Amino acid sequence: MTKFALDKIAATFPRAFLDRYTDRAGGEWAVIDSESIRDVASELRDNPELDFKLFLSIDAVDRLMLPEREPRFEIVYFFFSVTRGEHVRLKCRVPEDRPELPSITPVYQGANWFERLVWDFYGIRFRGHSDLRRILLYEEFTGHPLRKDYPLRQRQSLIPERPIKDIFRGPGTNRP
Amino acid sequence: MSNPPISSKSPADVQPVPAASELEAHLPSKRMELNLGPSHPAMHGTVRMKVELDGETIVHADPEIGFLHRGFQKSCENGTWTQCLPYTDRLNYVSALMNNFGFLNAVEKLIGVEIPERAKFIRTIGSEIHRIADHLTCIGAIGLELGGFSAFLYCIEARELIVDRVTELTGARLTTTFGRVGGLNRDLPPQWLESVLKSLEKIEWLVGEVDALLTNNRIFVDRMKGTGRISAEDALDFGFTGPCLRACGVNYDVRKALPYWIYERVAFDVPLGRNGDNFDRYLVRIEEIKQSNRIVRQAIEMIKPGPVLLDDWRIALPPKPEVYGTIEGVMAHFKLIMEGIQVPAGEIYDCTEAANGELGWYLVSDGSGKPYKVHVRAPSFAILSGIARMVEGRLLADLIPTFDSINMIGGEVEQ
Repeated sequence: MTKFALDKIAATFPRAFLDRYTDRAGGEWAVIDSESIRDVASELRDNPELDFKLFLSIDAVDRLMLPEREPRFEIVYFFFSVTRGEHVRLKCRVPEDRPELPSITPVYQGANWFERLVWDFYGIRFRGHSDLRRILLYEEFTGHPLRKDYPLRQRQSLIPERPIKDIFRGPGTNRP
Repeated sequence: MSNPPISSKSPADVQPVPAASELEAHLPSKRMELNLGPSHPAMHGTVRMKVELDGETIVHADPEIGFLHRGFQKSCENGTWTQCLPYTDRLNYVSALMNNFGFLNAVEKLIGVEIPERAKFIRTIGSEIHRIADHLTCIGAIGLELGGFSAFLYCIEARELIVDRVTELTGARLTTTFGRVGGLNRDLPPQWLESVLKSLEKIEWLVGEVDALLTNNRIFVDRMKGTGRISAEDALDFGFTGPCLRACGVNYDVRKALPYWIYERVAFDVPLGRNGDNFDRYLVRIEEIKQSNRIVRQAIEMIKPGPVLLDDWRIALPPKPEVYGTIEGVMAHFKLIMEGIQVPAGEIYDCTEAANGELGWYLVSDGSGKPYKVHVRAPSFAILSGIARMVEGRLLADLIPTFDSINMIGGEVEQ
């Protein structure tokens, strides 16, 4: 259904358009070169033929445990066009040693908090973001908890926790 | 005896009317930073608003969230697909059924199965009554915080009826955990539809009372009309969906744009606002309650008996007599509980219309029994990120109805 929009993007940005495929439920995906995401987003938003004005969401996937693990991070973008009545699904890939890509906040204001969320949980930097702070976690937090190598039961409390012997906090905890 | 003169100036020297230059001279003022929350009765959930004030005008507002963060995604990635379901209750805890069903819908699409007809009807009915409950809570809270306590009581009375029906259906008041991948874990209790119809009649009357109490109430209208305004363009840009977007006049409702379950087969209207202010958001919600009522009534007329769960033991648990009586049954049960549903590797973005807007799920499966990634696109998160735009340059008092009318739910914003 999103075929037209993706064709258009592929024709406008032949170099940035890396790949496209259809998922099992029929959703069409495009893989975009991470450096061009801002241009692609502004084309999607401002081209009246496409009109993807509604910003929906951004998130990332850590591919550390997947069969295809390089480059490590995948950032996914979802927009919607009210006039065309369809979603567009984009993804960019960034490597582990240089996890950064341009911010799309100049295009969509709503990307602000979502990019902060991705920074908070995956440690991916968005260049050009005006206020890239942690959003749900506290500033003193170290690490990025949704990375697959962040331990599930790691505890980082701001105030010292009393060791309580009769509370079992799960395997791997309660050890001196 | 004469009093000593108060000032050294003789009365003739004092000008009773200040000169024009004096009137223009502002009093020396400095900006004040005010904290609303995280524990503040008007900041529902636990949100802290850092507000910079110039007099009574908001210069800059910065919502700080995360006090309710529970690690939703990390928890989901470490449980089986079915074990994620209780976590989804806690996203929008006012209308948990819609989160349950939205998540299940996405997982079913990822597997590529169609649920039985009767399950679709029950999911629609459950979602719509919970939509009514969500809107009632929002309207009640607006009434309460603008001084209309009786409207709040009417709303809560109506909501309580729905909560009772949901309790009969699921066994829980808030954390429903209802439905399973492939349908529903149980059929409707006997006589449930009749009691829903009875409750709806009462709710209709109560909503009429709330409507009469608030919609033409001078105090209420003065606080709501023209405050918390946002243009359609900004609303789209910030990712507003649901009643907040439709109050700006943008006709986008997932139930109409990308119909799922039985929404194609029932007649309902999508109410639209014009101004994108608090009052329009309130009106859209009132009207949506009426439309949900219509949908539920039509669905109850059309619903037919039948199975509510797929008969596929790789996805849904076998019936208990099979588990206790046959080796195949007990094996299927064991594998589903211990290993989880083997969702084939792949990814999907799927969305349903929750009470506050588009509830989107981006799911990645690596072919094991556990989800590899569960991203939830919570409608309130995007809406809350736009609140600074709606209140900056306006009075501090306008922040309260604005915060109410966007109906921010801490559970889904802070995951």
